[in-house]
Amino acid sequence: MIYLDNNATTAIHPEVLKEMMPFFTEQHGNPTSNHRFGRRAHTAIEEAREKVAYAVNAHPSQIVFTASGTESNNTIINGIADGYSDSIFAYSAIEHPCISKPVEALKKRGFSAIEVPVDQNGLVNMESLNDGLSDKPTFISVMMANNETGVIQNMSEVVHWAKKNKAIVHTDAVQALGKINVDFEALNVDALTISSHKIYGPQGVAALVVNNKIDVVPFIKGGGQEKGLRSGTENLAGIIGFGKACERAAGNAVIFREKIKPLQAHLEKHLASMGAVVFGDQTERLPNTSFFAFPRLDGVTLLTALDKKGFAIASGSACSSNSNEPSHVLLAMGIDKDLAQGAIRVSMGVDVTMEQIKEFIVVLKSEVERLKQLAAMAA
Amino acid sequence: MKVEKMTMPIYMDYSSTTPVDPRVAEKMIPFITEDFGNPASRSHPYGWTAEKAVETARKEVAKLVNADPREIVWTSGATESNNLAIKGAGNFYSTKGKHIVTLATEHKAVIDAVREMERLGFTTTFLQPEPDGLVDIEKFKAALRPDTVLASVMMVNNEIGVIQDITAIGNICREQNIIFHVDAAQATGKVEIDLEKLPVDLMSFSAHKTYGPKGIGALYVRRKPRIRIEAQIHGGGQERGMRSGTLATHQIVGMGEAFRIAREEMGEENARIKQMQHRLYEGLTEIDETYVNGDLEKRVPHNLNISFNYVEGESLVMAIKGIAVSSGSACTSASLEPSYVLRSLGRSDEMAHSSIRFSIGRFTKEEDIDYTIQLLKDKIGRLRELSPLWEMFQDGVDIDKVEWAAH
Repeated sequence: MIYLDNNATTAIHPEVLKEMMPFFTEQHGNPTSNHRFGRRAHTAIEEAREKVAYAVNAHPSQIVFTASGTESNNTIINGIADGYSDSIFAYSAIEHPCISKPVEALKKRGFSAIEVPVDQNGLVNMESLNDGLSDKPTFISVMMANNETGVIQNMSEVVHWAKKNKAIVHTDAVQALGKINVDFEALNVDALTISSHKIYGPQGVAALVVNNKIDVVPFIKGGGQEKGLRSGTENLAGIIGFGKACERAAGNAVIFREKIKPLQAHLEKHLASMGAVVFGDQTERLPNTSFFAFPRLDGVTLLTALDKKGFAIASGSACSSNSNEPSHVLLAMGIDKDLAQGAIRVSMGVDVTMEQIKEFIVVLKSEVERLKQLAAMAA
Repeated sequence: MKVEKMTMPIYMDYSSTTPVDPRVAEKMIPFITEDFGNPASRSHPYGWTAEKAVETARKEVAKLVNADPREIVWTSGATESNNLAIKGAGNFYSTKGKHIVTLATEHKAVIDAVREMERLGFTTTFLQPEPDGLVDIEKFKAALRPDTVLASVMMVNNEIGVIQDITAIGNICREQNIIFHVDAAQATGKVEIDLEKLPVDLMSFSAHKTYGPKGIGALYVRRKPRIRIEAQIHGGGQERGMRSGTLATHQIVGMGEAFRIAREEMGEENARIKQMQHRLYEGLTEIDETYVNGDLEKRVPHNLNISFNYVEGESLVMAIKGIAVSSGSACTSASLEPSYVLRSLGRSDEMAHSSIRFSIGRFTKEEDIDYTIQLLKDKIGRLRELSPLWEMFQDGVDIDKVEWAAH
């Protein structure tokens, strides 16, 4: 089986696992405890925090550990709602549901929200926020790189708008970290979300990076861990693994740029020759992601056929893989619903080889041909 | 590592966290290495394998507490479960009433979540338990009002280990149509939990208090009669929309295995731990002026919380570095405040300060108990030799009646 679904989750790196193992097998205390077991756990967490901070060029005090990217995003949105009662939330139309859904929930509490449209390339249209809006957003969240298309936003434009309009700005960088450079300070955002299991770390741990200029009210309350911003006994082994995975992020970004990007170009050249549409290919994208569709070819059927041939890929976001709805990202880009229905996503990992991609292309070609013939016969 | 290990104290802090059972770690590892899929991925075997493992673990967790697997919602731990239960049910049923009853001795996660509800317009009652740490059922009944919508009572207290009468409290809630949440983080594997019989609507669990990994827990949400909660974390719609976020497969597998072991071994294990608790109790109460905090009978065998009178708390903790224990709950032990739980039982600040929570478990050995007894006897003897209060007490002075000069 060749795994080409790395935007859903990644295989943990052996070095990461090695670093985590003692925290499962040896006695380790509760990091809040004052005895030696606890202090040792506490020290390990602080070392991991430094590694995470270094990977995104932030200060360790700006890192809040959470259980998932989803929780980080919910934390910033609810934290801002509770901190600023007159908040107006804006988010791009292509955000992950863990941005749009918590904002939806806030609407019930009387907050207002604005969905910012994107153009046909999937780039957010900040101009739309300047026209005819009586109330400007006070908070805006735009994801750095999209999980489905891999499209990379022009963050400086987003941040420029936010600063000019005195809005708090957050970016979901879950898919960006470890593939391209993520620099909290240079981005000049107020908050940023990253997750471990997308960068060869364990599942169940993530972080919210947040500067101290904004007032984020705690979301999960209790023992007061993470300086009160996120209560609950720390996921010790998870945090250690996340720290180690972060150490590898910059190196991985180089591999993606130098080794994987040519593979993506090779794949997409063949996709074009097969008549596939590659979404967002007119703009800068992550070097590992190709989201594409063949007109009049059902995505799920193709996925199943490829799975039988030993390729693990996806029809888009894993979270929505339960539903048969076309991708909300593609619909927001103005892609025709029928074409969107056929979309499948290849997301390569750092260790994918040219041989594997060539093999994939051969199989894809034959499966597409076979399915087209079947479709012609049925018609 | 080796040198460090030799100097490590004896671990007597199982209520704070437990080591991962080696069998649990073994079960988890394949799910961090080869079977690493996202359980939400539906288009390939990596996802299916992960999903299957998640569902097997869900059955194990359900089995320990005799629930339906569909009643188990994964969370990142008991703190999140408590937040989800209280905010989720409180908000969902807020049209029925806006009053919440809980205990003053609950874990911080419950107390702070209830306080949060005050901010959302709820009124609250923090009931004081009796000096033995147990709730007086009549007083509980009296605290309920027509607009009481939710009650939250912990099964086993984290500091003093007392077991509340969940059946009696739950029955009252049932009669009055009040949603009943129970924090059972300290109860799993220690007391029998049968949710088919217990009149409980929501129950919080944690893995790392029962020899599983940190960072994973669950919330039981009753199906019959169906209890609804408002999701707190929104997104991909995992856990039937009640809790979004990619599931941490290896963590979940670890919790499942930990709860399976608990179910199979708790009978024998608790009998063994009970004997050690008895041995520790007998040994420590040979020391003069020691007071057990909380009822001794309605208590888990893992816990012994004792105040050592006429000893200054901080120096006591410093003096017994050979054992790892807590003075107050770990979550608040960074502060020098006397334990609010002990204060609620009517203990003075001094007595609360000089209390030690000994919590033992699966890997505690009899010689650890004997070492602890000897250590405490020696150190308390020494500390009291230096204590003027102890001298006055020995001379028969009633210290409470002494009028101290201001300084």
